[in-house]
Amino acid sequence: MKYPNTLHKFVRLGVLLAAGGTGLFTPLSHAQLVVDVTGAGSTRLPIAIADFTGERVVGNALTSVVRADLERSGLFKLVDAPTPVGAGDTPSYADLKTRGADALLGGTVTAASDGRYETRLNLSDVPKQASIATQSYAHTSVQLRTTAHRIADFVYSKLTGEPGIFSTRIAYIVKLGGRYELQIADADGGNSQSALASHESIISPAWSPDGSKLAYVSFEAKKPVIYVHDLATGRRHVAANFKGSNSAPAWSPDGLQLAVVLTKEGGSQIFLVGADGSGLRRLAVSSGIDTEPRFSPDGGSIYFSSDRGGSPQIYRISVAGGQAERITFEGNYNVTPRLSPDGNSMAYITRVGSLFHVALMDLASKQITILTDSAKDESPSFAPNGRMIVYATEVNGRGVLAAVSVDGRVKQRLSSALAADVREPAWAPFNR
Amino acid sequence: MRNLFLVSAITVLLAACGSQPPAPEQTPSEVKTSTPTDVVVAKPVVSVVPEPAFDAMSVAALKDPRSPLSKRNVYFDLDSFVVKEEFQSTLVAHSKFLAANAKMKMLIQGNGDERGSREYNLALAQKRADAVKKSLALMGAKEDQMEAVSLGEEKPVCAEHNEECWAKNRHGEMLYTGEY
Repeated sequence: MKYPNTLHKFVRLGVLLAAGGTGLFTPLSHAQLVVDVTGAGSTRLPIAIADFTGERVVGNALTSVVRADLERSGLFKLVDAPTPVGAGDTPSYADLKTRGADALLGGTVTAASDGRYETRLNLSDVPKQASIATQSYAHTSVQLRTTAHRIADFVYSKLTGEPGIFSTRIAYIVKLGGRYELQIADADGGNSQSALASHESIISPAWSPDGSKLAYVSFEAKKPVIYVHDLATGRRHVAANFKGSNSAPAWSPDGLQLAVVLTKEGGSQIFLVGADGSGLRRLAVSSGIDTEPRFSPDGGSIYFSSDRGGSPQIYRISVAGGQAERITFEGNYNVTPRLSPDGNSMAYITRVGSLFHVALMDLASKQITILTDSAKDESPSFAPNGRMIVYATEVNGRGVLAAVSVDGRVKQRLSSALAADVREPAWAPFNR
Repeated sequence: MRNLFLVSAITVLLAACGSQPPAPEQTPSEVKTSTPTDVVVAKPVVSVVPEPAFDAMSVAALKDPRSPLSKRNVYFDLDSFVVKEEFQSTLVAHSKFLAANAKMKMLIQGNGDERGSREYNLALAQKRADAVKKSLALMGAKEDQMEAVSLGEEKPVCAEHNEECWAKNRHGEMLYTGEY
């Protein structure tokens, strides 16, 4: 499909400026996280999202979420559409053009006799007065939010050429008083669910590549132990509980192995172990600290932080072992390496003076961009389309999550409505 | 639940106590004609007052404020993993206790301050636990009696965000069977 000129221009800009979408929003009663948008892309596409014909039977629950998703992505500017536009209607292009809209989304919701709905969409180019794409979804009334996120993903991908992340999830830890919860919410903060509650800390949640499990470190046994938790069944098993500490789990891209940090042989050292806890082998040997391992997306190497050179820096080693190569050189504190989904860049935490920021390194050129200006940033995690990075930071002494686009322009903040600390975010992979 | 834990903790302590050499009576109020069974700890306590003596190698001594064994924390300087001189006498007492009570086990929990990466801080605090363990081993405690683990920044004893507080959080804590 050939995009009209205005959209095509936007597509190129969108890719170059590299903003992504995550509405971190809390519209519904279940939601516990509140989002503020603190920065937007420099070029935003004006789009009108008309109410869908027939949508009133579901309380306009689709378009309200679609608009919120797209707006918070920082890539779209919403333009009012005064009347509902059905999927088969010919809209008033002249009026929309006057309003400044470049794109229009219309739709029709039809109720079937069995209580299900069919929602049909039509995305069109306003200056060209032509349809760009159509799509339809069958859903129930409890799937309205999910469907709305999928619609937002559809619009996002048609207009930017990249997959949207409105349907993805984020895992994180909430601490309220002496209670810790591992929660999972939609990327907009809605629909949060608790997977585990404990009176001891939980850290380092890591998604399995298929999104079905989380590995994490729990202190419920008065020491750090690594568990693998199946989200569908709620069942979990111990993946590593050796003498000493067990921490920093990272999944291999095939989901069969975990890189873990154990102290059983002295010092914090990196081992590989089957996700079922079998077949332990030591990866590297150093006299100091080796920790925070992460597989490269091709599975061939592991990035980790180590003080083997004196100060904490990031290194890379082959999964076969051998010599480690130092990756970071600027500054005296660079930790928590996280590879982008395409493997071309690495997000990490760097200390500048006494402040901890999220930094991004292009691995080929080694060029570094510091993406944040906050003071206590930790735990960066890439969105699965590689456009946004969610991280933990602190505002007024409280732990909150924030997200920044990889170009540093789009910024969002996600804090708990309760007086709770939110921390240790991990962005889930795309649903498969 | 907590009560249950306490009860079981006490049970374990009592059980462990049963395995001591000539185990003294458990009732702490009772005045014992104490036989200082082992050589034992020169400096401590004794100077206080003429009071009921205690068996320095007994499990009861672990909780007795007169005993150096009741001291369980070793504090560290910023970015340091060296056990300071002032904690030597405490560690001597604990290593002797472990050597004399082969069935007792110790969990050493390392702690650190909150600045920077949680996982990296976990590894730093592990160094503190390892340093305590190494000291005890050098003075006679057996490897298999001790487990050095890290709580990183997850269990701060002081919650404020200043150096005074962080100093309190940079410590290794020694816990015995039944206490963890």
